[in-house]
Amino acid sequence: MVAKKLTGGQIVCEALLNEGVDVMFGLPGGAILPLYGELSKYPGLRHVLVRHEQGGAHAADGYARSTGKVGVVLATSGPGATNLITGLATAMMDSAPVVAITGQVGRAAIGTDAFQETDITGATLPVTKHNYLVTRAQDIGPTIHEAFHIARTGRPGPVLIDIPKDVFQEEAEYDFERDSQINLPGYHVPSTADESQIQKAVELIDAAERPVILAGHGVIISQAFDELRELAEKAEIPVVTTLLGISGFPEDHRLFVGFPGMHGLAYASLTLDESDLIIAVGSRFDDRIVGDPNRFATGAKKIQIDIDPAEINKSITADAPVIGDVKAVLGQINPKIKSTKHTDWVSRVEHLKAEHPSLKIRETDELLGQHVIKALSDVTRGDAIICTGVGQHQMWAAQHYRFTNANSWFSSGGLGTMGYEVPSAIGAQLGNPERLVWSICGDGGFQMTSMELATAVENNLPVKYAILNNNHLGMITQWQDLFYDGDFQAETYTANPDFVKLAEAYGMKGIRVTKQDQLEGAIREANEHNGPVIVDFVIEKVDNVYPMIPIGGSVEDLIEESL
Amino acid sequence: MTTSSNGASGFKQRTIIALVEDKPGVLARISGLFRRRGFNIASLAVGRSEMPGLSRMTFVVEGPPHVVQHVAAQLDRLVEVVEVQDITEKNIVWRELALIKVNSPSEHRGEILELANIFRVNVIDIGAKTLTMEVTGGRNKINSLIELLRRFGIREVIRTGRVATLRGALIEGQEEGAHAVADSVEHFYTPTAGDSGSV
Ligand SMILES: Cc1cc2nc3c(=O)[nH]c(=O)nc-3n(C[C@H](O)[C@H](O)[C@H](O)COP(=O)(O)OP(=O)(O)OC[C@H]3O[C@@H](n4cnc5c(N)ncnc54)[C@H](O)[C@@H]3O)c2cc1C
Ligand SMILES: Cc1ncc(C[n+]2csc(CCOP(=O)(O)OP(=O)(O)O)c2C)c(N)n1
Ligand SMILES: [Mg+2]
Repeated sequence: MVAKKLTGGQIVCEALLNEGVDVMFGLPGGAILPLYGELSKYPGLRHVLVRHEQGGAHAADGYARSTGKVGVVLATSGPGATNLITGLATAMMDSAPVVAITGQVGRAAIGTDAFQETDITGATLPVTKHNYLVTRAQDIGPTIHEAFHIARTGRPGPVLIDIPKDVFQEEAEYDFERDSQINLPGYHVPSTADESQIQKAVELIDAAERPVILAGHGVIISQAFDELRELAEKAEIPVVTTLLGISGFPEDHRLFVGFPGMHGLAYASLTLDESDLIIAVGSRFDDRIVGDPNRFATGAKKIQIDIDPAEINKSITADAPVIGDVKAVLGQINPKIKSTKHTDWVSRVEHLKAEHPSLKIRETDELLGQHVIKALSDVTRGDAIICTGVGQHQMWAAQHYRFTNANSWFSSGGLGTMGYEVPSAIGAQLGNPERLVWSICGDGGFQMTSMELATAVENNLPVKYAILNNNHLGMITQWQDLFYDGDFQAETYTANPDFVKLAEAYGMKGIRVTKQDQLEGAIREANEHNGPVIVDFVIEKVDNVYPMIPIGGSVEDLIEESL
Repeated sequence: MTTSSNGASGFKQRTIIALVEDKPGVLARISGLFRRRGFNIASLAVGRSEMPGLSRMTFVVEGPPHVVQHVAAQLDRLVEVVEVQDITEKNIVWRELALIKVNSPSEHRGEILELANIFRVNVIDIGAKTLTMEVTGGRNKINSLIELLRRFGIREVIRTGRVATLRGALIEGQEEGAHAVADSVEHFYTPTAGDSGSV
């Protein structure tokens, strides 16, 4: 077969279609216009015009996490490309597969400080899994196929492809069969693990009296929900999920415990602490869970199952490292372990739950953030997709929403990016048109990306935005209260907009809730509305999130709310 | 093991060899990883390998051993890094090269050439007032020669990075000076696990 001669821009489109892309987010500019000039020939590639490239990157990330497919974002050179950086860094920290395609100034102008020139491959080196500057049209096809392969395999992550304007215009041949051959001698994708590693892990599991599973984001990435459940049930092992492991294990299951760590449930942290074996499954012992590594679960041996060898022994020494994909590895481990019961241990965990009722909400007539999340969870029966921002509302959402569906929780864990809430929900809704999507927003974070409401309206995306409006950078208030002697600085908003009017200005429905007894009705009204909604939940101004283990601490330093 | 830090005072140097794809930007990716952890590349040598499309790099880095070891794992994660090995504890042979340009007025020339002879180094250029020699070997050999030449007036010293490889024979033992203590350590911070302190 004779390969077709195409422009670089056309090759981009054909290669994207061959990768199964059907939607991409972006905003044009001069350097990438030759690509936009081809889009009308490719109706199969839906382009969603965003208001800011950061929003485009977060939307691609939300789309990716919620579908398991690669999210795509386009931006122009210079400021368009630099606006992507926060979104790429967010995806990098949380291992989300995103491919960014940026326009670059023409080849002859590169390195001359030309108008809107930025060395974006240089600037994004530390925030991408890999990146490319493509200097010939004939390299576009192979580069795009390689980029998708890298973004979605192994430990996923963002990949950026920078293409000079004249390379989009240059002609070359594109042949999918030839150009999609991957030749990466230095890139290995672990799958099953060495038998010796499996054996060691099986021995530790069989010998444990108080085992606990620490299930992380890797379970979700690997879609190993059934395998995780089988492991837990076969050997009767309680399951603690990390913040990003939330919705990896059904929360109405009797072995479900909750999330541990800085703002995790006290009993989940205590379960880790009292265990004699932690089976970390696709979780990287983040410092928000570990605190002081010298005082973390000192009585427990650790099995660490991870696809990324660089995560092994990074902060916690693993007695049994197992390098491989969670789904494949659990497929090896599960048949080998003994079927057992840990009756005493499971009842000890139940006892910890009763002794430390971290989910109990204090008695008050005021409207608290916890009330809002609890009501959302009850009304939606734990069935919605939840996106969040960063701060107190995020922690309350993680604590009080009871997920019954796998892979339904999208939150910026590693970078902690305020503003993730608005656009990520757009991506998640686009990828899951049949599902109900609630975005739980801080009034601070919401205002970092609220321009994307227009994108939701424009594309008829019925996202429900719940603003937990405390007129504060609430988490900052909390830290200043606890660690800076209550010297409050720069944490109060005195001129937030009227969010209901803002909704109306965007052509959305706006609802305000100020009392507990309005919660259920307002949430139902939002659910039933056939379009995007903002619900402005006016909550208690100053209210700390508990439990809390202060930085570098351990369960000995646990602060629980006195009810 | 001969590896751990040398008391509280300093870190031993570590030698890392890597086989990498010969593509633009690879060095920037690699040096970026070292920079991120705040430690120094004491020397670096890069060149094409025996395999087409692949280059070999030899790094000598200074930093706390557990951090350096971890960086080796992180290097391996780079797409273009085909293979990486921390060979500090291994049985290795290694060399550096230096060009030394020294003042050589006629009254001292004989003495200088004699030194060159003793050290078995090549004189590669003789001018009216200076002489340049090429010395290959371990760090101690090169340092000693520089010391001995100092009194004649050294005009220039140009040193390459270290190149290293594993020995073929199975004898234990290491090259002289292979794990010298880092010259200065004040600028290191020692990353410790624990909370980032951010909110
Ligand atoms: C304000 C704030 C407070 C926070 N407080 C807490 C807290 O109290 N508790 C808490 O838990 N977190 C908390 N976090 C989140 C925390 O910072 C981390 O993001 C989170 O703990 C990381 O979870 P993880 O290790 O499961 O996921 P990731 O960081 O995504 O790591 C996933 C791991 O799985 C591996 N992996 C990926 N794919 C696979 C695969 N297919 N097979 C095998 N392994 C795979 C990866 O290599 C990686 O090691 C907080 C964040 C913020 C912003
Ligand atoms: C982009 C960004 N800037 C600053 C921070 C630091 N920070 C963490 S939580 C927080 C407050 C968030 O306020 P809001 O969105 O209103 O949520 P709340 O804590 O009030 O629920 C801030 C400023 C951050 N995480 N991200
Ligand atoms: Mg707030």
